[in-house]
Parts: sequence; structure tokens; C-alpha cells
Amino acid sequence: MDILQQLASDYTLRTVAAGAAVLGLTSGALGSFAVLRRQSLLGDAMSHAALPGIALAFLLTGSKAPLVLVLGAALAGWLGALLVLSVTRSSRVRMDSALGLLLSVFFGFGLVLLTIIQRRPDANQAGLESYLFGQAAALLAGDVLLMTAIALVTLFLLLAAWKECKLLAFDREFGESMGLGMRKADLLLTTLLVVSIVIGLQTVGVVLMSALLITPAAAARQWTDRLSTMVVLAGVFGALSGVTGAVLSATANRLPTGPVIVLCAGAMVALSLLAAPRRGVVWQRLREFRSGRRLRMDAVLLDLYALSAQHEVPGHPHDRRVLDMMARPTGAAKRSLRFLLERGYVVRTASREWALTEAGTERARELLRSPRGGGSGS
Amino acid sequence: MSAAQLEIQLVAVVVAAACALPGAFLVLRRMAMMSDAVSHSILPGIVVGFLLTGDLSSPWLIVGAAATGLVTVSLVEFIGRSRLLKEDAAIGIVFPVLFSVGVLLIARNAGDVHLDVDAVLLGEIAFAPFDRFAPLGLDLGPRSLWVMGGIALINLGFILLFYKELKVATFDAGLAAALGFAPALIHYLLMALVSVTAVGAFDAVGSILVVALMIGPPAAAYVLTDRLKTLLVLSVVIGGLSAIGGYWLARALDASIGGSMATVVGLAFAAAYLFAPERGLVAGALRRERQRRTFTERMLLVHLLQHERDPDRGITCRSEHLVEHLRWKPDVASDAVSRARRSGLVRIDEGVLALTPDGRAVAARAVEEL
Amino acid sequence: MNDATGSPRAPAIEVRDLTVAYREHPVLWDIDLVVPPGVLMAVVGPNGAGKTTLIKAILGLVRPAAGDVLIHGRPYGEQRRLVGYVPQRGSVDWDFPTSVLDVVTMGLYGRLGWFRRPGRDERRLALDALEQVSMADFADRQISQLSGGQQQRVFLARALVQDAQVYFMDEPFQGVDATTEKAIVALLRDLRARGRTVLVVHHDLQTVREYFDEVLLLNVRRVASGPVPQVFTEDNLRLTYGGRVAFLDVASAAGGT
Repeated sequence: MDILQQLASDYTLRTVAAGAAVLGLTSGALGSFAVLRRQSLLGDAMSHAALPGIALAFLLTGSKAPLVLVLGAALAGWLGALLVLSVTRSSRVRMDSALGLLLSVFFGFGLVLLTIIQRRPDANQAGLESYLFGQAAALLAGDVLLMTAIALVTLFLLLAAWKECKLLAFDREFGESMGLGMRKADLLLTTLLVVSIVIGLQTVGVVLMSALLITPAAAARQWTDRLSTMVVLAGVFGALSGVTGAVLSATANRLPTGPVIVLCAGAMVALSLLAAPRRGVVWQRLREFRSGRRLRMDAVLLDLYALSAQHEVPGHPHDRRVLDMMARPTGAAKRSLRFLLERGYVVRTASREWALTEAGTERARELLRSPRGGGSGS
Repeated sequence: MSAAQLEIQLVAVVVAAACALPGAFLVLRRMAMMSDAVSHSILPGIVVGFLLTGDLSSPWLIVGAAATGLVTVSLVEFIGRSRLLKEDAAIGIVFPVLFSVGVLLIARNAGDVHLDVDAVLLGEIAFAPFDRFAPLGLDLGPRSLWVMGGIALINLGFILLFYKELKVATFDAGLAAALGFAPALIHYLLMALVSVTAVGAFDAVGSILVVALMIGPPAAAYVLTDRLKTLLVLSVVIGGLSAIGGYWLARALDASIGGSMATVVGLAFAAAYLFAPERGLVAGALRRERQRRTFTERMLLVHLLQHERDPDRGITCRSEHLVEHLRWKPDVASDAVSRARRSGLVRIDEGVLALTPDGRAVAARAVEEL
Repeated sequence: MNDATGSPRAPAIEVRDLTVAYREHPVLWDIDLVVPPGVLMAVVGPNGAGKTTLIKAILGLVRPAAGDVLIHGRPYGEQRRLVGYVPQRGSVDWDFPTSVLDVVTMGLYGRLGWFRRPGRDERRLALDALEQVSMADFADRQISQLSGGQQQRVFLARALVQDAQVYFMDEPFQGVDATTEKAIVALLRDLRARGRTVLVVHHDLQTVREYFDEVLLLNVRRVASGPVPQVFTEDNLRLTYGGRVAFLDVASAAGGT
């Protein structure tokens, strides 16, 4: 338990971990809405679009104060979102192209500004470059306090407009028909998204910021069918990957924080997609396997019924080889017969042949009446 | 202009052309963001290839990158098929994870890898002339010119060879499957080319600006034309011109060449978006204004026709009624009425508007056209 | 209820000179429509006739180029609380993380202000509405687990909790099973018995006579509207559909099979 001890004693690590946790919490919560509204890639585009805002804010004010740069970033990100929206509305260019254009062109322009800044005698661009790749280790207690304050306001506003945001994400037109402020809710969510992006840039950088928005949300979606639970879970997953990433990267040299955080979140999403109860791929496969088994079982039962219908007696026994030939794939009747035996639908006669029981005959008739349902579940 | 300057511009143009060709199909197939995903996720492939060969110019890097690109595409499709996430979320998750793996590999092997994340993200085309292609001591120009030229030719060859298949698979995947064109195969081949192009271009312009060159010129061309062939040619031309323009902008500002190229691509798109002769914002606004006039006039005529036999047409067919109930602004209404009167389609009897025979014919035709 | 519904004698829905254009191409042209209170009216017309657009324009979801809409004698904007809406089933993502009860409760959001969460009263109202469409047993189900017909009934329950005077339903019969179809018809009749007005976009010509009192035949323009026996004639249908519906279809529908 070295790590915990270190976390308790190491001031820098504590600051970084706290910052990453706050960041993960807000971006997870807001990312949930982005994912549900199919705006997963908007965050990516907006975080790139923030770069020229940061550079311009510095060029115009000469200040590297976080608040100034964050404001510049927010304005640029917001402008970017607006541009994407108006381009897709007023031309044939579609969302994906508009997003790709926004992120690369704004980023390129930001780069031009950065290289100009770099040459100015009065500035080293070190502080600015941290926005490219993120520099969690450089977080100060003051930064974390600012992040926490912004996060609290963000979460409070989200809570205040919860109903509106939910309806906006699920059924915007219905909300409009009731006269609820859907445009306002849209504006609010977009603004909050921009804010949570720009407060994260300094920690994880432009490229990885969007991952922090959507990955925890995508993981959370797999564990619940309630929006509120999903948002809370996404916040928790986000905070968890933030702290885990910060701590892990402190345990070894040359483990940059941003990528480690993203990998933690990625591991969570992978686990969720595979193993989340009911939705996960493993469970999907299991269900398919079970229903396949049941279909094969029913097919053998019906084969047996059809065979015995050719005789006077319903329970006329038949050899397994006949059933094997009828089964698909050929020869697959053995397992199905075992299941049928367990359920009491067939019996094995002394002559090692198979015959329908009364329950089996009944079940076969039932299946014939409603070929899909069949009634009893197993 | 020095030889080096000329060479940089030449490389830039070839990179732009190589990017624009597969990019056009990404734009048409609504998969533009796959260029972003692939250009980032090839990083671990490049790093592993480099760690194995120790040579940044080894062709194995291209193979490794193409393989990671295809891994990205199949992962996205696998997640999409499970229906657990929408495709955009799947894209947004897969590429940052792979990119992170790449960054960590670089960081862990910092002693051995002369490759920093800066270079991967941003590239530096200004260094292109320093790395020469000189087989047997014969200087044949910058190596990247040959690499990208080769990639551009492969892209062009692919498009020429599979033009028909690409066209059908792009506009109607269902039909393509029915015709036996294997749209999935075409899709994966295209994505492999995107990966190869991205890895070839990354040391010139970096993985983010590759997106500008792949998506920007085709998006601008898409506003300008409806024909696939024209679109492909235009994309290459716009890309090439933006590359040269970007170079000179960078010279003037003494700033990043790649960044300037992306900026000029953005400007080119903005110009097309605003001023395209048919679909531009300006042309559209002008056309709509013209159409609004004729439409208002036809609306007036149809309204009068609909209410011609109303008992209360003394009310519904006054121009005040138009203002009140058709929600027309007073000047719009009086403008429409006076223009309709001037063209002899409408007359006024004691303040009540009525259709002239000509007007009735026009209104009837308007109704017919529905 | 009369004080809430404005003028008691006014028509439930009055649409005047409504024109909607998409990029200057008319989708609805100069529509006049009067629907008396307590009437079930079908909106019938070919694809692209503007049926959905008509509803959306009335509800203010699409901005009209001209015209206005009165609900019980007053402009729509003032009467939102009197209006209930059932959008097309396909218009939402049914994999959204929410439960059946939750979706129904959304019908009450219009009455709750900022900050206020649906509470026990709202829950009870929503359950009542689910009961009316025989879906109370599904209250806690996730919505992706519903069949098409069940989804439709959830949407109807959401409109029911709105306790509106005037309902607009967009293709509620689209792709539902026979049980649901019967349930919807029973519900419509119940609404009519309680004096409510319902405008339904409908595509099955064969059932118009059986289900509805009045009909609006629409094809960009209003071809005809009024009581079904007078308006739902072979001639009018042919005017509405042009050559697009098989002659036999139209004839047998108008013949009242």
C-alpha cells in the first residue's frame, strides 16, 4: 500500500489526483449527454478549436493566467460549435466533414499563432504548449480550486435544468410542443460542454480531452438503464480513471498522466462492453447460445412428434440415428435429446430408442400452434 | 526561389494530392472523422515498427501503420455492430486509446526513439529537403517526395481501377452488394489507403493537419460540384493550391508551414461555402430573395383563387386580410399586390382583390404544378 | 373547463391560410381548416402530402411562411397547456436510458418549473395513464425492451397525462399489432366521449369510416374536409391521390367496407 501512503504524503500527487478527479467527474457527467445526443465527436472538434482561442487570448492580453486562457479557449470552442451548426444547416456539407474541418483548420490556425508567439522575445510558450499535450504534473492547488469551483457551478446548472436536458436529449420536438425552453437547454448543455473541455485541456491536452468526455459515459451506459444513474456512474468512472491515472503515472518514470488516464478509462469501457450484465457482449453471446440451444431442442421435439404422427400411437419410439439425420446440423440431436430428457418431454425406452412423453406431445402441439412463443421459458 | 523552397512546395503539393483522393470518398461516405481517428491511431503502429527496425524510413513502418489503421476500423465496426454504442462514440473511444498506447510507448522508450509526440502531431515539412533519396549515391531529390509520390500514385491507381465499384459502393451500398461488388472489401481497402496516406504524410504535416488536407479540399469541392469526377479533380487542385498558398503564408508570417496550409484550406472552404455559384451562401440568399417574390405572388394568386367563391370574400380578399392572416408584413403585402396589379394578374374592386382572367390562369397553373 | 379553453363555442382547432415552404418549395399551401370540439378527425393523403408538416406547423415546430393557428379561439402560443402531442414513434432513440414510467412522466414536465422534480403525484398520474393503455405492468421496463405496439402505447400514455383538450397524433397506427390498434381506437373513442378533440395522421384508407368522424384530405393543398360520409368520397380520394392509389383501393375505401 505504498501508493496510498504516497498519495497521503505527496502534496503534488495529491493535487494532481484531486484535479484529475474533479475533471473526470464533470466531463463524465456532461459527456453522458454528448454521447446520448450523438455529439461524441463534437467534443473532439471543440477541444481542438480551443487552441487558437488560447493563443489569441495570450497574444491580446500578454497574460498566462489560467482564467484568461480558459476564457479564450471557451470562446473559440463555442464559436467552433456554432460554425459547425450553421455550416451543416445552410449547406450540403454534413456533420462529419464539418467537424473534421473545424478541428483541423482551427488547430492549424492555432499552430500558426503558437509559432508566432514562440518567436516573441517576451514569452516562452511553455505554458501554452501544455495545452497541446497536457501537463497534469504542473497543476497547482489554485488551478484545482478554480476547476472545483467551475465544476460545482456546472453540476448545479445541470441539476437545475435536469428535466429540460433530459427531454432535449430524448425527444426535443415533444419538449418544444409543450413550450419548454429546448433552445435554452441546448445552449446550456453546449456551454457546459465547452467549459468542461477547456478546464480539462491543461491536464490531458487537446487530443485526449474528448476521450475523457465520452469514454466514462459510454462505459456507464452499459451498466444502467436510467439516465440519472448513468450520469452519476459516468462521473464516478471519470473521477476513478482520473485518480487511478494520476497515481499510476506517479509510480514510474516516464509515464505521462494524460495517456494513462485515457487508458484507464479505456479499460473500463472495454470491461463494460464485454461484461456488463444484460448488455455486455458476453451476455449477448450467452443469450444467443441459449436461444439457439432451445431452438435446436424444439426442432428435435417436433421431429419426434412428426415421426410418431406416422404411427397410431403418439409415443411410438424411434432410434436416435433417425433424429440425427433430421437434425441440423446433422448429428446434433444427442445434446438436444439430453435436455429434453431432463425436462421430461422424452423418455428412453428399454430398446434404447426415444419416445415422446405426454408432456412432450403436449409441448409439441403447443409449439405448432404458436411457432415463435412456445410458452414455457427455460 | 531556392531549390529547397521549391522542393518543400513540391512535397506539399504531392502530400495534398495524395490526401485529397481518398479524402473525397471519406467526405462522400460521411466518414470524414475516420481520417481523424486513423491518423491518430496509427501512432502505435509507427512506434512498434520503429522499435523493431530502428529506422524511421523503413517501409515496415507503413505496413505497421496500415495494420493499426485497419485494427481501428474493425474495432469501431465491432463496437457498432454490438449495438451497445453509436458509431460516433465508438470512433471517439477507439482512437484516443490507441493514440495513448503510442504516446506511452514513445515515453517509455524515450532513450531509443528519436520520435517525439510533437513531431507526430505537428510534423515539420521544412525538414523534407534534408532527407534525400540517393540510391547508389545519386541524389534524386527529397525522400518524402518519392514516398508521397508513390502513395499518391497508388491512391490514383486504386481509384482508376475501382472507380465503378467505389462509385456504386459510395452512393448505394445495398446495390453494390446486390451487384456482387463487395462493398465491405472496398471499404477496408479505402481505409487501408487512408492509413497508408496518413502515415506517409505525418512527418510532413502531422496527424491533425492530415485531416485538413483529407477533408477540407473535398468538402470545398463538394459545395462546388455534383459530379464525382469533377469533385476528385477539384479536390486535388484545391488541395495543391492551398499547399502552395500555405507555404507562402507561412513565409510571410514566419510561422508553421503545416498550420498555414491548414489555415489556407479553411479559407478555401470558407470561400466555396460563401461564394459557390450555385450552392454558396450568397448565391442562395439572392436566389431565395428572388424566389420569395415569385412565391409570394403565387401565394397571393392561389389565395384569391381558393377564396374566389367564398361568401365572405369581401373580408378574406382584402389586402388588410393578407397582412393580418397570411402574416405578411404590410410592405410585403402591398409590394406583392402592386406587382401583381402591374402584371395585370389582379385587380381591385372597391377594395376587394380579384383575379383577372390572366391571374386565374396563372393561379390554376400553380395549383396544377403541385 | 370552459374558462381554460377560451371561448366555449370556438372551434377546437382553426387553421387559417397556413402555408409552409421548405426552401421556397411549398409543402403546404394555403390550408384552411376548422375542427369542431369533440371530434375525431383523420388527416389522409399520399406520401409527401404534408401531413406531418401540418401537425408540426400547428404545434409551432416548423415555422410557417404564412397563416395562423387558433386553439379554442386563441393563438396557439397561449394555449400550449391545452395541447397534447404524439410524435411518430421512429422520431426518438428507443435505446435511450429511461424507463416506461419516466417517458410517460415527461408529459407532465410542461407543468413543472425549473428545479422541480416529478414527485409522487406525478408518478400516480403517469401510472394511471399507463393503466389506461394496459401498460401498467411495464412501468419499470427499459424502453428498448418494448415491441413497436407497446412503444406506441407508451407515447399515447405520455400524451394522456398531458390531460389536453386537443390532441395531435402522428401515425399512431403505423406498424402496430392488432391488440394495440384496438386499444388505440378504444382510447380515441374515450377521448371523444370526454369532449376532447383529436387530429390523427392516418394512412389506412380502409379504416377511416370506422374510426373517424371527420376527415381532412390533404395533398399540399386541402382537397376537402368535413364529416366522413360527405367528404370521404371516391371523387375526392381520386383528387387527393391522383393516380397513385389503385382504383380498387380507393373505390372500396370510399364505399365503406
